[in-house]
This record gives sequence, C-alpha cells and structure tokens, in this order.
Amino acid sequence: MLSNITLGQYFPGESLIHRLDPRTKLLLFVLYIVALFLGKGLVSYAIMAIFLIVIIVMSKVPPSSLLRGLKPLWIVIIITGVLNLLFSQGQTVLFTWRRISVTLEGCYNAGFMIVRIILLVLCAFMLTYTTSPILLTDGLERLLRPFQKIGLPVHELAMMMSIALRFIPTLVEETDKIISAQKARGADFESGNILRRAKALIPILVPLFISAFRRADELAIAMECRCYHGGEGRTRLHQLKYARKDYVAYVIGIVLCVAVGILGRRFGL
Amino acid sequence: MEPILQLEHLNHVYSPGTPFEHRALIDIDLSIEKGSFVGMIGHTGSGKTTLIQHLNGLLKPTSGRILYNGEDIWISKQRIHQLRFQVGLVFQYPEYQLFEETVYRDIAFGPKNMGLDKDEVDRRVRDALRFVELPERILDHSPFELSGGQKRRVAIAGVIAMEPEVLILDEPIAGLDPESREAILRNIQDYHATRNNTVILVTHNMDVAARMSDQLLVMSHGSLYLSGTPEEIFSQTEALEQTGLTVPEVTQICDHLRRRGVPMPRGLYTVEAARDALLAMRGGSSHA
Repeated sequence: MLSNITLGQYFPGESLIHRLDPRTKLLLFVLYIVALFLGKGLVSYAIMAIFLIVIIVMSKVPPSSLLRGLKPLWIVIIITGVLNLLFSQGQTVLFTWRRISVTLEGCYNAGFMIVRIILLVLCAFMLTYTTSPILLTDGLERLLRPFQKIGLPVHELAMMMSIALRFIPTLVEETDKIISAQKARGADFESGNILRRAKALIPILVPLFISAFRRADELAIAMECRCYHGGEGRTRLHQLKYARKDYVAYVIGIVLCVAVGILGRRFGL
Repeated sequence: MEPILQLEHLNHVYSPGTPFEHRALIDIDLSIEKGSFVGMIGHTGSGKTTLIQHLNGLLKPTSGRILYNGEDIWISKQRIHQLRFQVGLVFQYPEYQLFEETVYRDIAFGPKNMGLDKDEVDRRVRDALRFVELPERILDHSPFELSGGQKRRVAIAGVIAMEPEVLILDEPIAGLDPESREAILRNIQDYHATRNNTVILVTHNMDVAARMSDQLLVMSHGSLYLSGTPEEIFSQTEALEQTGLTVPEVTQICDHLRRRGVPMPRGLYTVEAARDALLAMRGGSSHA
C-alpha cells in the first residue's frame, strides 16, 4: 500500500555514479541547480538534459522508476506551466480570451519552467537513488563542518537527519503492518466522506505514534549504553576520501555550469 | 471432512520489476479441513506470514486461487470485506495494534465493524474476554496500562470477538514469559474445543506445534515443504533438519535412543507416547 513512497529511496548499485564521493554528488547537485537557473534558451536546456540523461544511463537506475517518482509531482508541474502560460508578459499575442492573453513568450516560459522543474527533480532523484542515506548525511556533515565555527550544531543535525532517514522505512513498514492488522479487524479506510475517512485513521495513527515514541526511547537508551556523547572526538569507520574520479566530476560540473551560464546570460541561448 | 480453505497454485512476488523483487510464495497447493487444528512451522522468511495474509485477503496472490468454502475469495470487494470476519487473523505482536481508550472499546472494534447491534457487541466482548481469562474489571482500563501478556490477550480477544470460522494466529506466544505462554495456548485450545472452528497456529516452537495440531505444514523458502500429521512430519527428522528446523525434544531423545539400538518407533512427539513405548518395551509391566 505504501510501497510507492520514493522519499529517500536508494537503488543499490555499483555504477561509477554510485561510487562517487557523496560530497561530490551533493556539490554537483547544487551546481546543476545553479546552471538550471542560469540557462535561458533551447541550447542550454538541451545541454542540461543531455548531461542528466548521460548520468541516468551511467547509473543504471531503471528510468521507469524515475518516472514513477515524478508521478506525485505532475499536478505541481502542470499548475506551474499553466500559470506561466497565462500570466507572462510578452509582445507576440497568440490569442486573447476576456482579459487573459496567451503570448508566445508565455508559451516559452511555461515550457522552460516545466523542463526546469522536471530536470531539477530528476537530478535530486539521481542524488538520492545513487547515494545511500548514510553516505548522504556523512557527506552533508563533512560539507557543513566549516559552519561549526559559527555555532551550527553540524554533527547533531547530521545525526538527527540520519536517524530520521533510517526510520522512514521502519515506520513505513510499521504503518503497513498496523493497517493490515486493523483491516483484519474489518476496518474500512476507503469508503465514506472525508470526516469518516479521517476518523478511520485513528486506529492507525495511535499505535503508530506509540511505537514511534517507544522506538525513540529505546534508541536513546541504546545510544547512552554505547556512551554516545555527540560529535566531539568521534572517529569514523568510513572516512570520506576524494579519488581522481571526483576531481574529474568536479571539473565537468564546473565547465558545464560556466558554459551554460555564458550561453544563457551572454547569448540568451 | 470438507475443506474450508483451499489454495491452488498460489504464487506471490513482492516488488516485481525492481531490484528488491522477491518471490515469497512459490506454487502452493494446500487444503485446510473444517474444524481442524493446523500448525504451521518454518524458518524466519520462509513465507509463513505472507501465506496467512493471503487467507483473509490482505494480500492478493500474484497468481493462483484461494477458495473459502469452495468459493473464490477475490470475486468482489464486498466478499473480501466479509471474509475478514470469517477468517480472523491475529498478527505477530498484536498488542501494537491496540489504540482505543478502554479495553472494552478496543475489543469491540472488530464486532462494531461487522455492523452488529449494541447488545450483540457487548455479549461478544464479554465472551471473548472470558476466553482469554481476563477479569471483567479491566474492561474500563486503558489497554496501555496492562502488562505485556495482558495486552497480548486483549488483542487476541479483539479478533476472537468477531467469532471467525477460521482463527489464524501468527506467533501468538513470541516474547512472552512461560506462564503467559501456557495461558494463551490453553485459551486457544479451549476456544477450538468449544467453538469447534478451524485454527491455524504459526509458531517456531516445535513442541507447541507437535502438541496442539492435527495437521502440520512445514514451509521452507516460500514453498510448502512438508505436510501431514505430526507423526508423519516428526518421523522425518533428517528432512526437517535440512531446512534448519528441529523436531520436538522428546522426538530427539527417541532418535538418540534408536541410534543406540533401542527399538523406539519413529514419529513419537509427546512425552506420554514415548513413555508408553518404553513401558511396552519392558514387557508391558505398568508403573503408572
């Protein structure tokens, strides 16, 4: 029932993309977003799209599962497109209906906006599909470490994030179990009006909250038992280390970003 | 005897088409007789839980059919909803599904979903409570104040209150102290004897399976590996050990004796039967 949740989903694999350092992937992801917003015309978006397609092919993640992940976002994408289509300023008016006019520029804007969102989401998927949550938070912690100097509790944030990510599948599984158990007692979640349906959630939510608190308690005790005392002086089992492929990836990313930036801002392509 | 549940070529695949694809059940053919007490044993991950979730329509088979009283359960949505009350399923650690403010209301959840009137619900709640041997005064307590064993029994009562034709229990005694364990087993046996309904008991515990069942099912790697009476199953010690299971302790002792040359018959699984066999060997002299 809940198995179609893709949040933080990781597709195990051994591809080059999978083996890149998580820091590389995180920073390249940021660069990619910057490039997306620097781009302006067909050429820059074509370059961005081809770049992403190459990465997807290299990662060997089945495209069908990427598309499935996009499904819940269609509504957002369509609304953004329609709003851009209707409310963009432009000279070349295609047709007018009442006070709303659709312009050629509006069409372009809508199209680019949709492409932008899709590329952005797909790129985010590539990051989470090819990087295990643990590596991802490790990378994030390492990247944010400089901010420790200004009092940002980086280790604690990373720990909270990895615990949260770690428990998503557990809680999904638990929810599934509770739903099954209540269904076995004849609970009906699919019929009735909104109020009835909301009420039908109580038999799921109460046990779920109780078990979440119980797990939190147990985890806290287990951490105490292993003398957890925060990040200070803590060493790591897996040290993050840049390899040559990471430097190559950085160069490619920066070249792409600069190229798209120049194409978009200078030449409007 | 007529079958109440029949499975025909049942297959189930989890997450088909992803790297997590897993064939949980492989071509299961099975018939469960009305009024029988069936024990299901098997290793963790052998498909026991997946199998029983098919029996009340919580999971839909990838292929194959499930018949309840000779009728396909997947003919309509209403049929499935009805089936949930006819085939009662008690999950592993059922105490984690308790949610109501009082024990009474929690046990009444199932019967209420059946659309029964107030008096009937009340009767069923009290009947169910009696079967699990809990005092009536706890009906007004919050289920979260109870001990682990009591919570478990309240959860079982919640399913018993639906008075299902088939009662399925998934590891009902896991993680309990010996006293609660015996009590719950006794309750299940009493329920079976009084109501004469069908019970399917999933367990890791060989001695429990041996002692309570008329029919035993052994699952291994998603297939039905062995099926038969306890006597038939436990005379195949080697076959069981191959799947990583053991036979009851008393059967192990009998096997040891046989290896040392004592002519013990195969397939003894209760202490009483073993004692009688030994006494018979001494020339029938009785010490009882």
